[in-house]
Amino acid sequence: MSASILTVDDSASLRMAIRIALTGAGYAVTEACDGADGLAKAAAVRFDLIVTDLNMPNMDGLAMIRALREHPAQAGVPIIFLSTESDAEVKAQAKAAGATGWLVKPFQPEQLIRVVQKVLGR
Amino acid sequence: MNAEDPTAAFRVEARELLDQVEQALLDLSYRLDDAALIDSVFRGLHTLKGSGAMFGFDSLAAFTHHIEGAFDRVRKGRARATAELVATVLAARDHMRALVEGDAISADGEAILARLAAAVDAPAVEPAAPVRPVAPDTAATGGWQLSFRLPRQALAHGTNALALLDELRALGDCTLVAHRGAIPPLDQLAERDCHVGWAATLRGDVPRAAIDDVFLFVLDDMELSVTPLPPVGTAAGARGAAAAPDRAAPETRAPRRVARAVQGELVRVPAARLDTLMDRVGELVIAQSRLSQLAGDRHDLVLRSVAEEIERLAAELRDTMMVLRMVPVASLFGRFRRLVHDLARETGKAIALETAGESTEIDKTVSERLFDPLVHILRNACDHGLEEAGERIAVGKPATGIVRLAAYQAGGAAVITVSDDGRGIVRERVRAKAEASGLVAPGQALADAELLALIFHPGFSTAAAVTNLSGRGVGMDVVKREIERLRGTIELVSTEGAGTTITLRIPLTLAIIDGLLVRVGTGRYVIPLAAVEECLELTAEEDRRSLGRSLITLRDRLVPFLRLRELFATAAPPDPHQKIVVVATGRERVGLVVDQIIGSHQTVVKALSPFHQGIGTFSGATILGDGGVALILDVAQLVARGQQAESALGQAA
Repeated sequence: MSASILTVDDSASLRMAIRIALTGAGYAVTEACDGADGLAKAAAVRFDLIVTDLNMPNMDGLAMIRALREHPAQAGVPIIFLSTESDAEVKAQAKAAGATGWLVKPFQPEQLIRVVQKVLGR
Repeated sequence: MNAEDPTAAFRVEARELLDQVEQALLDLSYRLDDAALIDSVFRGLHTLKGSGAMFGFDSLAAFTHHIEGAFDRVRKGRARATAELVATVLAARDHMRALVEGDAISADGEAILARLAAAVDAPAVEPAAPVRPVAPDTAATGGWQLSFRLPRQALAHGTNALALLDELRALGDCTLVAHRGAIPPLDQLAERDCHVGWAATLRGDVPRAAIDDVFLFVLDDMELSVTPLPPVGTAAGARGAAAAPDRAAPETRAPRRVARAVQGELVRVPAARLDTLMDRVGELVIAQSRLSQLAGDRHDLVLRSVAEEIERLAAELRDTMMVLRMVPVASLFGRFRRLVHDLARETGKAIALETAGESTEIDKTVSERLFDPLVHILRNACDHGLEEAGERIAVGKPATGIVRLAAYQAGGAAVITVSDDGRGIVRERVRAKAEASGLVAPGQALADAELLALIFHPGFSTAAAVTNLSGRGVGMDVVKREIERLRGTIELVSTEGAGTTITLRIPLTLAIIDGLLVRVGTGRYVIPLAAVEECLELTAEEDRRSLGRSLITLRDRLVPFLRLRELFATAAPPDPHQKIVVVATGRERVGLVVDQIIGSHQTVVKALSPFHQGIGTFSGATILGDGGVALILDVAQLVARGQQAESALGQAA
């Protein structure tokens, strides 16, 4: 069974790029367009991994990660956040919120796949 | 046409973002202190920078980085939004637009950045994200001794500890020992916390940075001590022999992984594409039946054989298509474990959920639409059906009540049963309630099945007290309607004291059915073939004899029948050799008298218009090979009608 991944990003082009990269690597990808949408989709199905942007309208990534972690059913679901900042403050905030790992934009599809494989452990 | 071009998508998106930024800037020029507007501009620029860099718009990303930097200063209160800043950023927006379209003049950009620097009183070129110096790989010849402990909440935050250990092991010759000393006693154990520490001996030529890479995401928060091991001298030769089998292991693993990939070669397809394909198959089936009809009208053997070939292929294609849409009910059933668990807690009853036939496959859409009705049925079973533990023990039942969910395939239908071993439906209470709500006259004679059927009547609920669980104003009538919308049937069997079983029969697919095309008068109708049991002739003599009493004897059983001519008020005279098509839902059956059986017909179901939703006798319509329209009979409705007619006669007799 291929792992299921939820990608949360307000940028449709970025979602598309992520989807193309991940489906190409054999993952099943679901898209959400902001934090609230991501939260709703994650509540319906438990995904194997969530890849989320941080800076989004209508519930940003940090708030979504916090809300997901408050949900017992979502405990242990790996969350990778994407960020243009590599600054320590944002990273620390996201980690404290419960993120598992991160990837700094811009990234190559191979980097994304490598991080996903690392976090999923396969 | 290639819809899957992220770069093209980015261009579209960038134009929209720039328009939003422009609007926000224009608003901002009137309200320079509006934090929400400043945020909105910042966010737009930020997305533009990030996505631009992703798709190779490097000059856009670099330019936007400066503008974003300036706005970040405003956002953080380090600079003030001024009319000059807004004007500058508006100019910058136009330049960014030009960068997106690829017709920018670089001198413009430089001029704007200079203006910007003056506007926010900051150096024009802020350093880009600092590049972390890459630590030189210090190769260790001997290897490393590690001791580490993951952050306490690492597991809850999604870190796969086993994967990390695997990664570590893959670096070299690795021995791992878990330290379990810090695991608290069971009553103090927070089960999601990570209490285990590890010691690892990692031998081989492993760079220190490789170890940091393994722990990349937890490095800042974990305990990790790494000490180099002394280089292995002469002892290495002796160890080498022992280690050889270990080294061979990764090589043998590789082909196995390939084999697994071939075995599990699955393609995931968005459901919408399947739906589109299904529509096409449906249209093909219609076109094919037109072809068959044309070929049938001509005495051209070659055309006929081609038409037959296409008919066979279309049928196969349809069957393949239906299988593609099938999913096992396991995923549907899986969602009820939690529900029953919660219901048990809410009601304080001990309830066990048993499931069977989870590999039974049903159409994906059907599976989704069954969820709500099944939730309701399960709620009823747990809430009303099952007794309290004390009551159960008093009547000699085990304290734990059992709710059983089972699925299997029968003919063209999936059958799902929900049964419980509770108190069953108490007839007196049903009657009392029905009389109270005026559904039946006091004292009116009712057969048991009729009494139970009242439960499906709108607004009926047997619960004496409205509980939190079932009394939500949604009755079994809603469940029944939803099942019928799926062209399915619902049947209820209940024994007082022993429990209730509800059986749902759902057609395997919704879009295409095999039908029996019949004629009544001048109209043509389709009867779903899955419901047809047999076809008989109604001789003129039998017809005369049975008038007034619409019953035939079928293998020693009396079966009621309906004259569709009467039902549809057909004016044309009946055919001399009328036929009876015996249809069944569950255990109930009824004969339908038609003038002529034309033949089997693969049918693409088209829904009736909202105007005709209220017509119970028909479940849909279909387009025939000659372009005419035939209505599809709703078998469940007709069977119910036939049974009513029979019992009315039974009472009259």
